[in-house]
Amino acid sequence: MSATHQLSPVAKLEQKAVHDLIVKGKRLDERGPLDYRSITIMMGTVEKANGSAYVYLGKTKVLAGVKIQTGTPFEDTPNEGILTVNAEFVPMASPTFEAGPPDEDSIELARVVDRGIRESKAIDLKKLCVQPGKKVFVVFVDLYILDHDGNLIDAAGMAALGALISAKMREFDVKDGEVTYKDKTMPLPILDYPVPITSVKIDGSIVLDPCLEEEQVTSCRLTVTTGKDDRICAMQKGGLGVFTPDEIKKIVSTAISKSRDLRQRVLSKVN
Amino acid sequence: MDGRRLDELRPLKLEVGILDKADGSAYIEHGKNKILAAVYGPREAHPKHIALADRAVVRCRYHMAPFSTDERKSPAPSRRELELSKVIRESLEPAVMSEYFPRATIDLFIEVLQADAGTRCAGITAASLALADAGIPMRELVAACAAGKIDGKVVLDLSDIEDKQGDADLPVAYMPKSNVIGLLQMDGSLTEDEFKQALDLATDACRRIYDMQREALRQKYHVARDETETEVAEVHA
Repeated sequence: MSATHQLSPVAKLEQKAVHDLIVKGKRLDERGPLDYRSITIMMGTVEKANGSAYVYLGKTKVLAGVKIQTGTPFEDTPNEGILTVNAEFVPMASPTFEAGPPDEDSIELARVVDRGIRESKAIDLKKLCVQPGKKVFVVFVDLYILDHDGNLIDAAGMAALGALISAKMREFDVKDGEVTYKDKTMPLPILDYPVPITSVKIDGSIVLDPCLEEEQVTSCRLTVTTGKDDRICAMQKGGLGVFTPDEIKKIVSTAISKSRDLRQRVLSKVN
Repeated sequence: MDGRRLDELRPLKLEVGILDKADGSAYIEHGKNKILAAVYGPREAHPKHIALADRAVVRCRYHMAPFSTDERKSPAPSRRELELSKVIRESLEPAVMSEYFPRATIDLFIEVLQADAGTRCAGITAASLALADAGIPMRELVAACAAGKIDGKVVLDLSDIEDKQGDADLPVAYMPKSNVIGLLQMDGSLTEDEFKQALDLATDACRRIYDMQREALRQKYHVARDETETEVAEVHA
């Protein structure tokens, strides 16, 4: 059942230091409240995957891999390919991660990233149909959390986007429902570039891109995912705190302008 | 689409205290949604190691009956249900004064018997009543409702048919007196202005639902009002 987590005693001690800084408008690493940590994106690090992207967001590290295989379409969308997003909280990434079936945090992360890609219609799934009702391409996006220093959603969202735009699939022909592949490759049909921006609330102050210490003192977070035309395509509030409607409206407009910058940074990595 | 105004809720019916064994319970019909919520607790934490020293552990399970949807749903909890259990808990836990019950658990169960879009919101509205019915001290009742967009218009409370062809869905859980939001999700496509409009629509509707929740509690407890009037007013104010 979904239940409250316990905070470690050390985290409780750190809370005060981090909290005192934030209310003064300062941060542990001297960033401004709306600044992101340094972002490094490496595309195509895993050759066997159709697409991959390794994202460093400060000390947070996420590797996203895309695999494209054929499968059976869903009954209600016989003409469309399938997108599946899965997140692995690899046990080496944090002392609090345990091996085993995905817990609610990893399910939430995967579903928030999934909604951003799906609702912005980032992949033209209609172009991934092989034989209507019978066979379509399935795009698997697997998010590997390798080092957890906070703000996993934004790092994973950027990694997923990077992996998708760098993904190559073999060109194909369809004859009598059978796929024959050609030697040439082509990119995935990408229509939009969704970027999630997560804001957290610490004693009434709003900060972007929290590191782990900051995340541990936040009462709640709000992730806003926007596409290239500034439209909002997905949102998710998390945590035990609450926002006022005015705080939410402010967070949304900050997120919209911030996402332009981050989208540009991911896109600049494509050759 | 069903003849409602853009800012009109589907018919809503609330009942409090309808299960015998649970410490608190409530039933909601919202459109064709039929949802039961039950609360057990505060009770001793089991297993013991999950207990917290400074407050109660609040646990939540949102679950859909296999017969609640058009196609049979497997009774095993889906990823969607696990995510919703989490966001529903995070919308209600801020209202619960869990610090009064260290080392205990408060267990919250939501069973969707029939689904018609907006089950998480209807579930929250009912669960909040079930918590009050269990006599658990709360800062405020939580009301929830979704706004959305269909045919280019921002509207309130999409039904199942509308939701399937809608352009956006924005579920919100809101505490009107404190003016705070405990649940906010969105999928679809909205501009910033449309979003603001939808958010205002949803919080307005939550205020109306909040009044209905208070009325439902009054219905249940008016018989014993003479002796307990002041107590009830304190707990649910």
